[in-house]
Amino acid sequence: MSNVRVLVGTRKGAFILSSDGKRQKWTVSGPLFAGWEMYHLKGSPVNPDRIYASQCSGWFGQVIQRSDDGGKSWTLPGTPGGELPKGMGGMPMGEPNKFVYDTSPETGKPLTTHQFYDGSQHPWEFKRVWHLEPSLSDAETVYAGVEDAALFRSTDGGKNWHELSGLRGHGTGPMWSPGAGGMGLHTILIDPINEKRIYIAISAAGCFRTDDGGKTWKPINKGLHSQYIPDPNAEVGHCVHRIALHRSRPSTVFMQKHWDVLRTDDAGDNWREVSGNLPTDFGFVIDVHAHEPETIFVVPIKSDSEHFAHEGKLRVFRSRTGGNEWEPLTKGLPQENCYVNVLRDAMSVDSLDKCGVYFGTTGGQVYCSADGGDSWGAIVRDLPAVLSVEVQTLP
Amino acid sequence: MIRVILPYHLRTLAQVGAEVQLDVPAPVTQRSLLDALEARYPTLRGTIRDHGNDKRRAMLRFFACEEDLSNESPDAPLPEAVTSGKEPFWIVGAIAGG
Repeated sequence: MSNVRVLVGTRKGAFILSSDGKRQKWTVSGPLFAGWEMYHLKGSPVNPDRIYASQCSGWFGQVIQRSDDGGKSWTLPGTPGGELPKGMGGMPMGEPNKFVYDTSPETGKPLTTHQFYDGSQHPWEFKRVWHLEPSLSDAETVYAGVEDAALFRSTDGGKNWHELSGLRGHGTGPMWSPGAGGMGLHTILIDPINEKRIYIAISAAGCFRTDDGGKTWKPINKGLHSQYIPDPNAEVGHCVHRIALHRSRPSTVFMQKHWDVLRTDDAGDNWREVSGNLPTDFGFVIDVHAHEPETIFVVPIKSDSEHFAHEGKLRVFRSRTGGNEWEPLTKGLPQENCYVNVLRDAMSVDSLDKCGVYFGTTGGQVYCSADGGDSWGAIVRDLPAVLSVEVQTLP
Repeated sequence: MIRVILPYHLRTLAQVGAEVQLDVPAPVTQRSLLDALEARYPTLRGTIRDHGNDKRRAMLRFFACEEDLSNESPDAPLPEAVTSGKEPFWIVGAIAGG
């Protein structure tokens, strides 16, 4: 029987939740990296025991951790802890927390600046890694979405990182600006059919796509309308919260924007709104059923001024029609006095025959539905605020 | 030997106890001490000083001999009590946040 392993990042450490395919009895291990902010953990699809984790702190900055045994033990890639370095001249064999933005090869100056909160231009400053996306074909290759928004790639298992600076260098960088949570590159979707095609999303710049493995990028935000942007046809500046796709149809992408739920069927060249009958179309997460490419899930949040569940009810909304027609899923979820939020990286699905759906809340609960959303139960209830949830389906 | 006291989270990161001891060639300064610390414990690179510019991270402070040395020149000699091993060099996380 298959097993599932749920990787949970929280404000104060990481947790690993494990179960068999029934998903009824769970083992909870952690906290790992107790006291650190764990923005994201994700396993390699090629080697599920290879897990990458983003560990950070306002005091000590960014650390990348890696496990090669499914989360039992961890190391900083290339920098053995508590041992003398073995590299040339006593230097470490990697610098897994070194994220340095590219500069102009001609002048040595920063490639570009971005718009700051006060409207002035501001240089890029690295703050943290929001999201780690392992390659679909090579366990040594992993992408990192960082704040201030940029995309980095490691091809040596996280030892060294290099920016894919074509993203910032395509010309719209000066118009990007931070959202309330910072200017983070938070979503990376690799096309499972054509790995040279990658979608990324940035708050608050929008979506971008490369078709050549990251050398060149273009904004793909046509059809997005954001009330705070005066230009209705603005190429960038949109506060995209999350995007998701189904592996069988990688040109169809679903989006939870700041306000509005949207979809594209032409790889982002055109978007259309599918919010339909949602009680509010503000929210953060969106995900797609593992076996039904037109079945999608969102968790409506009251508004951008009140970041908690709408009407005090924690409800997942499911559409089986790719949007527009939505049904509330409430069985097993609190339906009164619930004022938690569900952050953008905190929903995931497994790929068991009966697709499991998982999400974590800022109240520290991690919920699981083992029947595609029909009913829910809490795996754990009292973790620190949940930042991210990823699920691995294991043989 | 130079004695260095690390904050809790850096101890766990480097897998060491509260105090580590280092051989640091003279002249002993903040810069040479931290260079030696990072060479011995490479997991600490970037956690005390920023990559690229080697500036002290904003929420960390350096103390020795009951004095705050955080804003001293990184190339200023450290007190004799530190270089002789009588007193430790403290790396302290600021009391802030929640």
